[in-house]
Amino acid sequence: MMWNLPADNVLWCLGAIGILLSIATLTVYLVPAFKQIELQQRLTSWCWIVALFAITLVANRSIALCLYWFLSFLAFKEYISLIPTRFSDRRVLFWAYLAIVIQYYWISMHWYVMFLIFVPVYTFLFLPMRMVIAGETQGFLKAIGTLHWGLMLTVFSLGHLAYLLMLPDRGNPIAGSAGLVLYLVFLTEINDIAQYIWGKSVGRHPATPTVSPNKTWEGLIGGIVTTTSLAIAIAPWLTPFDWIHALGVGLIIGCAGFIGDVTISALKRDLGVKDSGNIIPGHGGILDRIDSLTYTAPLFFHFTVYFYFKGMLV
Amino acid sequence: LNQILRLLFFGTIARLVVLVVIGLRIIDRSRLPHAGPAIICANHNSHLDTLVLMTIFPLQLLSKLRPVAAAEYFLQNRLLAWFALQIIGIIPIDRHKPSHTAHPLAKCSEALARGEILIIYPEGSRGKPESLASFQSGIAHLAKRHPDVPIYPVFIYGLGKVLPKGEKILVPFFCDLAIGTPLFWSGQKQSFMNLLDRQMQELSTLVNIPISHPDL
Repeated sequence: MMWNLPADNVLWCLGAIGILLSIATLTVYLVPAFKQIELQQRLTSWCWIVALFAITLVANRSIALCLYWFLSFLAFKEYISLIPTRFSDRRVLFWAYLAIVIQYYWISMHWYVMFLIFVPVYTFLFLPMRMVIAGETQGFLKAIGTLHWGLMLTVFSLGHLAYLLMLPDRGNPIAGSAGLVLYLVFLTEINDIAQYIWGKSVGRHPATPTVSPNKTWEGLIGGIVTTTSLAIAIAPWLTPFDWIHALGVGLIIGCAGFIGDVTISALKRDLGVKDSGNIIPGHGGILDRIDSLTYTAPLFFHFTVYFYFKGMLV
Repeated sequence: LNQILRLLFFGTIARLVVLVVIGLRIIDRSRLPHAGPAIICANHNSHLDTLVLMTIFPLQLLSKLRPVAAAEYFLQNRLLAWFALQIIGIIPIDRHKPSHTAHPLAKCSEALARGEILIIYPEGSRGKPESLASFQSGIAHLAKRHPDVPIYPVFIYGLGKVLPKGEKILVPFFCDLAIGTPLFWSGQKQSFMNLLDRQMQELSTLVNIPISHPDL
């Protein structure tokens, strides 16, 4: 029972992505004009990311949840290693790590309401109390503020990806929950790439000059148009969306992906680092890669649940 | 049997902790010595320092690695002594009362003569978390006795946050470890210590240390 194969449509789409990625990877290794170490590293890393992601869609739900839990764990660890932390908060951080396990436990048992309130309510109330027990008031506000923001971003927001996979298949008869996850992640990453390419080729006017000078209005708009067109084009294969909902989702992913990206950029700029880490060659850290997803995952999830899973979740 | 246990411990548990809990980033792994004798000279903030320094070497070299550690701490009871001597493979040194019979560094010299790789923490103890105390001169005496043995300065950041002195629970953080170019006995104690200090300072600029705001 290692596997839990998704609908044929999902497998076909994964296959298509695999072929596209193989072509791109071969290009940067074989075509002299594109032979750059950084591009090669980036595409090799993409191959690993896509392979691991594909496993979460075809393996059984326990394996998939373990992988998503590990992603949250790595992202949170990276965040906590990046920001200044107080020595007196070690035990508090330990509880925060424990909260990641507990949050994914609620997801594994399909406890929807607990999944929604655990981090924003219970963890939000518990961690400051634990900090008060430790007794250090110097820097208390910054310590609890930064800690909880990190948990919201890396555990609560990203957790939506895992819960999306746990949604009942009957809400999406053609491709099931795996289809929705693939649709969301594919569009989010394509949006990143499209905004980058549009910005590089026709970008003139900086959109966020103080936060991320390389982001331009041309890149943003080109990205949103590309993502929205693809969202409408792919929707019939992977989702229950009619074209008007697909249009809405495309716009949401295009805009929210950009916002997630610049939010993490602002964090890095504040801390004076270029990348959030160096665990993924050619990309930087985990947070550099999942920045857009932290915004698109919860927004896509709640949009989909509101329109297509009404009354199916308790 | 102890040899097998030692191999198992470093091959599985230690490597898993270093990979998953810590996620160590190594700057310039290629500088590590491929054979002994050599001296690894590192800053010391945590029991994990030894674990980490012993897992960055390939398993084939495990039998050569000998951390130099305080006898009165690690030999205080039989279980700990067995673990320290047989599994970790420490060379116990008496920090406070120098023995009258032999030179305190005699065991270190013997190990170097056997072609082993010593791991030494010249700060003397783990000290306050993530702060570099001044180096004691024992390392200089050792260098003077073995002027042809290379000494590799290694700077470790973050392990003092993962498991500081006096704490029992591990809290995961990404950690960095920077390896410097080897140096040798310079002929004079003060200039040797200055050289070592300068190298450690340079290595410490290579690792990612969060900028501390005044109130955090």
